Parts: sequence; structure tokens; C-alpha cells
Amino acid sequence: MTGAALTVGYYMPVLGKGVEKIITKDAADTLSMPLTSWISIDKSGKVTILNHRSEMGQGSFQAVPQMVAEELEVSLDQVTIAFAPGHQSKFGSQITGGSSTVRGAYQRLLRTGATAREMLIETAAKRWNVNKADCFAENGFVVYKPDGKKIGYGDLVEEASKMEPPKNVKLKNRSEYKIIGKPLHRQDTPSKVNGTAEFGQDKKVKGMLYAMVERNPRFHGKVKSFDDSAARKIAGVKNVFKVQMPVFASTREGVVVVADTLWGAMQARKALKVEWDDSGFEHLSTDQLYARMRDDLKKTGLSQRTGGNPVAAFEKADKKVTAIYETPYESHSCMEPLSCIADVKDNVCEIWGPIQAPDWIQQDISDRLKIPPENVTVNMTFLGGGFGRKAFTDYTAEAVLISKEIKAPVQVVWTREDDMTQGPFRPGAVYECKAGLTNDGRIASIQAKMAGQNMDHQWSPNPDKTAYNSSTTEGFAEHYFQTLRNYSFEDIPTESPIPVMWWRSVYSSTNGFAYESFIDELAHEAGKDPLEFRKNHLMGEGGERYQAVLTKLEELSNWKSREKNSGWGVAITECFKSIVGEAVKVSKNAEGKIKVDKVIAVMDCGWYVNPDIINAQVEGSVIMGHGAAAVHATTFREGKAVETNFHQYRMPRIGDIPQIDVHIIENDEKPGGVGEPSLPPYAAALCNAIFDLTGKRIRKLPLNLNEV
Amino acid sequence: MASYNLNINGKTYKVEADPKMPLLFAIRELTNLTGTKYGCGMAQCGACTVHLNGNPVFSCSIPVSAVGKQAVTTIEGLSPDNSHPVQQAWIAEQVPQCGYCQSGQIMAAAALLKRIPNPTDADIDNNMNGHICRCGTYVRIRKAIKTAAQIMSKA
Repeated sequence: MTGAALTVGYYMPVLGKGVEKIITKDAADTLSMPLTSWISIDKSGKVTILNHRSEMGQGSFQAVPQMVAEELEVSLDQVTIAFAPGHQSKFGSQITGGSSTVRGAYQRLLRTGATAREMLIETAAKRWNVNKADCFAENGFVVYKPDGKKIGYGDLVEEASKMEPPKNVKLKNRSEYKIIGKPLHRQDTPSKVNGTAEFGQDKKVKGMLYAMVERNPRFHGKVKSFDDSAARKIAGVKNVFKVQMPVFASTREGVVVVADTLWGAMQARKALKVEWDDSGFEHLSTDQLYARMRDDLKKTGLSQRTGGNPVAAFEKADKKVTAIYETPYESHSCMEPLSCIADVKDNVCEIWGPIQAPDWIQQDISDRLKIPPENVTVNMTFLGGGFGRKAFTDYTAEAVLISKEIKAPVQVVWTREDDMTQGPFRPGAVYECKAGLTNDGRIASIQAKMAGQNMDHQWSPNPDKTAYNSSTTEGFAEHYFQTLRNYSFEDIPTESPIPVMWWRSVYSSTNGFAYESFIDELAHEAGKDPLEFRKNHLMGEGGERYQAVLTKLEELSNWKSREKNSGWGVAITECFKSIVGEAVKVSKNAEGKIKVDKVIAVMDCGWYVNPDIINAQVEGSVIMGHGAAAVHATTFREGKAVETNFHQYRMPRIGDIPQIDVHIIENDEKPGGVGEPSLPPYAAALCNAIFDLTGKRIRKLPLNLNEV
Repeated sequence: MASYNLNINGKTYKVEADPKMPLLFAIRELTNLTGTKYGCGMAQCGACTVHLNGNPVFSCSIPVSAVGKQAVTTIEGLSPDNSHPVQQAWIAEQVPQCGYCQSGQIMAAAALLKRIPNPTDADIDNNMNGHICRCGTYVRIRKAIKTAAQIMSKA
């Protein structure tokens, strides 16, 4: 920034204290208000737009400025994009989860851009002594319509910064958009093809030491004793001590080695001899855990949602269907393993890293160090994948505790094995689905029960376990509740010491498989076409969007005239306010093994920003969904994760990937999520296609395509 | 510890390193060329791919002592200005999402195209299967390799 600047942003009062409003930096300074400085324009006309969310591949680094620039009337190549630091009272929620970046902030971001634009236009009109209505903004200039004279934003900022921002600015109509809705190239791409994009482990801070932690391989495990005599002999080793990593309401202990090089820390860690204390918690294996979930299904569940009288309707039904579905635990396995730099000094702390929840981490560190949140600076680097894992406070808290102990800046580096075995994991779940059908092929009653770990129960040592899991119906198309008269959705929280966490699309990622496989089974039992059956149960007022998605799928897949020697499956789910339908085509290869030929995805995410990013997110979600459906799973033996690296936790590779066709529905609905909602329908659509081809119903994931 | 003269991107770097230190760590930690990434440390993911005398290798699994005078090329050495056809194609097809694996993907694709200027889908599968992308950019990687082949044939 050179010279005086116009900085416009939001004043976001702490809940309940005042009203959120748009202000300038000058006003904020005078009133000592914390300002969310989303836009700054300096005297040279350089525009800086902050991205308040993390960039983990999903495209916030592009989508946030693309929205602001539209209303500000600048082109994106005039804009410098920077990460906002974590700050709870400045940027609102920054936890980059729930596919909420666009849908959570679009109104605010559009208004901020429009407000700055109106201030610049008004300033220019005053200077020219002309009517404001005769002026408009374009490409970083204010233009006077009658004679075409123009003035750059940079020449207006000093005066504009002294203005009171106008209230109720008019936002552009969608038909006027020049930037929003266009498949513009991402601004972060150039740096990601030449190695200059800075990820967590690439960041260096002056005087920084390196740390590696040998943590107890069992969740909740402690250190009994350790011998560091060999480790301390390694060149460059500065310190070795016991460290606790907070994991929800529990802790996991380890021994940290601090060295002046990463290589030194790695070697010293290998030389440690640690004796673990594994008392006081269960050492579960996958078989025991799933037996427990299946047992739990016999219990009465906590009712999340009930309509009509599902039990009576089931008893009276002409046909009864029951099925059990199982989904596995999964590791996030971002390509970038975790790391974090922390620098704790007296009563201030600064951290840098691949961080998905900057504001939450700021509060967590503030609580742990007992210092005000303003004294904690959380800096985001690019994230080499996140998927929910990097929206947790364990790795950052551990780094802070280590820096505090050694009184120096330190980077804690995780190996792939650390990353894959320590969790938290996506919880697996077992579902029991029961339904009654009428003779004319309609669902008379549906009862679903989910047994699985409840993520909410980990935060407190004494959680309220009588509260139902409000995520039990996630993924289930919302409109089904309007058309199914008798239904119940219940959950039984299964007890387990395994730490579990959000994983791309969260509960929808497992619910979607169970519910949409079951709907398919019901269609088959009813003797109906599975796509038609879904349409028949998603009709009526409010069903239009679901009908549109299914109709588009029908058309793109030539559903009615699909080839007989291949299998086609369909599924439709709803997640984070977006509706996605997918059709999967499978066939048998020369050796008689199943191969996935094609995936057609239809996404209804309402109002959207960048269609090419949406396409990319759908492609990526389908592939990650394929991994969880047919390639990998995390299993446990004696309280430890079995899969330690990619030779065991295998990943989909380029040769496994089918053709993926994406279609985005055009409508004027409110924006829904983009990064996650295309994952939930995939596993069900795949298994429904396999059933169509082979008559074999897959009810347990992951399936092995070579063994179907 | 031993002394090595590493020839990286046409420049000589004199480094002191443990002979068993993988080339990956020598590149990242001793020369500060951080475009090459650590992903698995056991030749399973390809994020660490560099060229050794023009051939793609997993730098996490080659000790620095085995490099000798061979020319190492990292992502930083592919072009000074994103002008390599593979980089151009990666931008044109908007391949990267998180971007972490892309240095390795690009180095592997550049080596593939040098050997096979017009790769078939099977060639792409065979040569790129060692490279994991958790974001799932595979559809675009395939497309971009074909785009890069076209750019190269016109050059």
C-alpha cells in the first residue's frame, strides 16, 4: 500500500452488542472499532481484496475476490489477493467448512464491493460538480457518461476515505454481471504450477527450530518413560521433552525432539526409546467396533425426526423391506501432511500454517495461554488439502505448547505416518433401514437408524448423551420429508475412544450411501424404475428443484434407452443447501471385473460464482467419493490405526478414473455449497449401478471392484 | 556428514549432508527450493518427483550420496516464467486445486512428453499412475497432458 488508502469493510460486533455495518478504516480508527478491511485501494489505484477463508483447493482465493470485484467494478487482474489473518470479531466465522464460503458471506461481500464503488462514484461526481446519476464505474475508473471523461480509483481514495459509507447500496442484477458466473481462471494457478505457492512446510520464520513428536500410537495414550540419550547425541538436537497434545476433551502424549534442522529432528526422533502408558481407555479393533454398532442398532434410538406413524404404517404395509448398511472409518490424508509454526513470547503468540479454522484456533490459543485473542496472530498459508482435518486445534495447540516451553519459534512437522494414524478420522456408521411399500409401488413408511460415534460427544468429559444427533438426516433429500407421510430417523451414539472429525461432507458422506441405496432397493422391490421411483417421491410443491435435477440426469444419461449390457445407477442427495444427482455407468471388462465407465453429475447449487471451479469440485468430490466407496478405509487393531501410508491406505489413481460429466443447473435460488455436496450420492449411485449390472446388492463399504 | 556439489537447475549448490539424507530433503532444506514436496517418504505418491538427467525420479527415495554429478531439475527449473508447455497447459486446463501434488505431476508429465510426444490414454495411465492427487484433478491432468502435447507439436 502506498499513500492514503480507502479501506472499506465491516464492523462486526460481538454477538448482541450493536449492529453489523459497513465502515471505513478512518471511521474505525476514530471509534476504535475492529474493522474487517475487505477492500483497500491505495493512491496508485492498487486494489487489495482479503480472502477471509482458507484456500485448500476449493477456490475461496478466487471466489471471494470474484464477488467483491464484480460490485467494485474492477477486473481481477487489477487485484492483489491476500489471506486475512484469523480474527473472530473482524471477519465473522472463518472456519472453512460446511461448504459455506460463498453461501455464508455473499451478501456481505457484494455489499462491501458495492459500497466502495458508490463512495468512489460520489467522490468523482462531487469533484466534477456533476450529477452522481450521470456517472458510473468501470474497470477501476469512474466515468462521466455525457462526455466520457474518467478518473482512476487511486485519485479518489483520499477524499472517499473521509466519507460516511452510504447505507442500502443497490446491488447489481445478475444479468449485469461481468465477472460473477464466468469461468475465470483462478488467480492462484500460476503459483501452483511453478512451485512458488507457499504451503505450511515451505514457510520459514527467522530463528526457527524444527520439532518432531513421537506420539503414543494409541488414542488417549500417555508416556510412561523415555530414554533420550541416543537422541541427544544427534547433531543439532536442542531439547527433548514430554508434550501433551489436546485432542477434544482428552490428550495424547508424546516426546518431542527439537533440533536446528528438520533432518536432525527426524533422526533424533528415530533414536528415542519410549515406553507408553496405555491404561485407562479401550484398545478397540474394527471388528469389535462394528459388532458394537450392530448391537447398538437393537437399542431404541434418539429421535431426530419423526412424521406420522411409521411403526403402524410399516405393520400394515403390503410389502416390507429391511436392510443393514455399513460404512468405514476414513483418513483425510491431505497430500500435505500437517505442520505448524508457533512463536510464543511473553503474552503474545503468532502462528503460521495450513489452517482451516483461523478464528477458532485464535480463541483456542488465547484460552490455553490465558492471553487476549488480539495477542494471538494466526497466519494462513495455502493448504495442501484440508477436507475437515485442518479445521481442528490439536496440531496448532501442540506447536504452541512446544514453542512456549523452548521460548523460540518452532515448526512442528508431521510425517505421512503421523498424519494417517493419529486421526481424527471420519466416523464409520452402521444403518438399519426398514420400509413398507404399498401395492401400487409407493413408500408407506420408512424408518432409519444410525449407530455410530457422535462427533459432538468428544468436546466435554461429560457430554449430554441424551441429545439426538441432528446430522442423522444429512444427505437425505429434504423434499422426501414432504412426500413421505410416515418416517423416523434415529441415532444411537456408539461409544468408542477413536477421535472423529468432519471429513468432506461429514455425515452426508455415509448417510448418502445408506439412504440412497435403500431407496434403490425399495424401487426394485416395488417393481419401478429407480429414477422414476425417486421422481414419484419428490413431487409436489417444493419438489421442482429435485424434479429438475432428475430430469436433467435422465436426459444426459439417455436413461430410458440405456444400453442393456451395462449397469446404470442413480442417486440424489442434498448437502449444505445444494442438491446433487449422479448417474453412474459400470460394465465388465475383458476379465469380467467391474469397471466404472462414466459418471454424470447434475449440481443445483443455486446462484453461483465460478462454474469452472464448480466443475472441478464436482470432479474432485466424485473421485474422493470413489476412494471411500471402492478403494480405501481406515481400520483399527488393538487401539491403533492399521494403515500407516499410501501402500496400505490406497488411493484412486489416474487409471481408475472414469469419464466425469458435470452439469450445473441454472436458477435463481440462494447459493448452496460447492466443495462437498457432490460426494454423498456417488457411493450409492455406484452400488446401484453394480446391482443393475449384476443383481448383487452391495451393503458394506469399501467394496472391492475386482471381487464383485 | 559429507560435502556434495549438487547440480540443480544448472546451478551448483555446495551442501553438507548426511549421506543417507534423501535428495528431497537436500533440495528442500539445504537449497531452499521448496517447490518439490514431501508427501509420503516411501515412493508411493510422487509429490517429490524431480528429473535426474531428464528422467523422472522420486526424490524421497534417492540418497543424496547417489546423485553425484547427475543434473537435477526441479519444478523451479522447468521454466523461469511458466512458459513450459506443460505449465501452459496446466494453466489452460485449470488443473490445480490445492496444488500440493502438482509439482510432481508436472515434472512427471514433462518427462512423459519428452519420451512420448503424443501419449495415448494408456501411456498417460502407465506413466502417471505413481502420482496421487487427493483433490481429484486427474480428469484435468489427462486433458492437460494432451493439450501440452499439442502446444509442443506447434512449437
